[in-house]
Amino acid sequence: MTVSTIDLPVTRDDRRIARYAAAAIALTLAEATLPSPLPGVKPGLANIIVLVVLVRHGWRDAAWVSLLRVLAGSLLVGQFLAPGFFLGLTGALASLAVLAVTARLPTRWFGPVTASVLAAFAHIGGQLVLARLWLVPHDGVFYLVPIFAASALVFGIVNGLIAAKLLKELP
Amino acid sequence: MSAWLALLRPGDWATLLLGVLTVGISFPLLWTGGQAERAVIRLDGKVMAEFPLTAAQRYTVTGPLGDTLIEIAPGRARVLADPGPRQYCVQQGWLTRPNAIAICAPNHVSLSLSGRSTSHDSLNY
Repeated sequence: MTVSTIDLPVTRDDRRIARYAAAAIALTLAEATLPSPLPGVKPGLANIIVLVVLVRHGWRDAAWVSLLRVLAGSLLVGQFLAPGFFLGLTGALASLAVLAVTARLPTRWFGPVTASVLAAFAHIGGQLVLARLWLVPHDGVFYLVPIFAASALVFGIVNGLIAAKLLKELP
Repeated sequence: MSAWLALLRPGDWATLLLGVLTVGISFPLLWTGGQAERAVIRLDGKVMAEFPLTAAQRYTVTGPLGDTLIEIAPGRARVLADPGPRQYCVQQGWLTRPNAIAICAPNHVSLSLSGRSTSHDSLNY
């Protein structure tokens, strides 16, 4: 067998990001088996991991974990390059943009719950804009905004609290 | 429960309040098709009369079977009496939303409400 001439050095950062991304992907897969009352209404449990990574290791690592999660998660559920993949990617990018801002808020006043709730709103916001522009070129999609907003608020709070608890209790 | 609440910082409560307000506002903002403003009464598809939904009044249309009595009230309208055999349009009761329609087919009469914005083609019950 020919010995590979390509040498990819793996840093400690890579291993850490891979570990977190694996956890996020596992949560995405677990969530994909749950029935959803409406496409788009999902707990988004993988975002708990993204929040933890954001607080522990900064925005760059959080962005890696979030985007790897979208990519690998969609490959595993067979949705890669399907509309759902682009919706998820847009949502992830929108919430990463918001998380870049919330990461600069004073930590004495704002915890993971603020980051989680705002990111959840950004997530549905980004998805709705893409859906309006591309999938449903009609203002009818905005009829669903109240449901999406309510679910983003509820799941944003729950995920934020879980992330806050993990950050407090895990070493 | 209190252990979970202890995880919230002061600013988080402000965020939650903002979130609840956003969700609260989004429901009336996006789930009402506007106010019904006018009642349009048609016979054989031709507009016989149009009334603003401001003052209470009654109007009678005479179709092939007889008289259909329409009642207009502030913000709503209904078919009060109709000579049709099954009385569907009468049993519909008050119409309140824009583009709602009551059709008294046997007597060729329809009563519909219109609003400023037309969010639906029609509403039927």
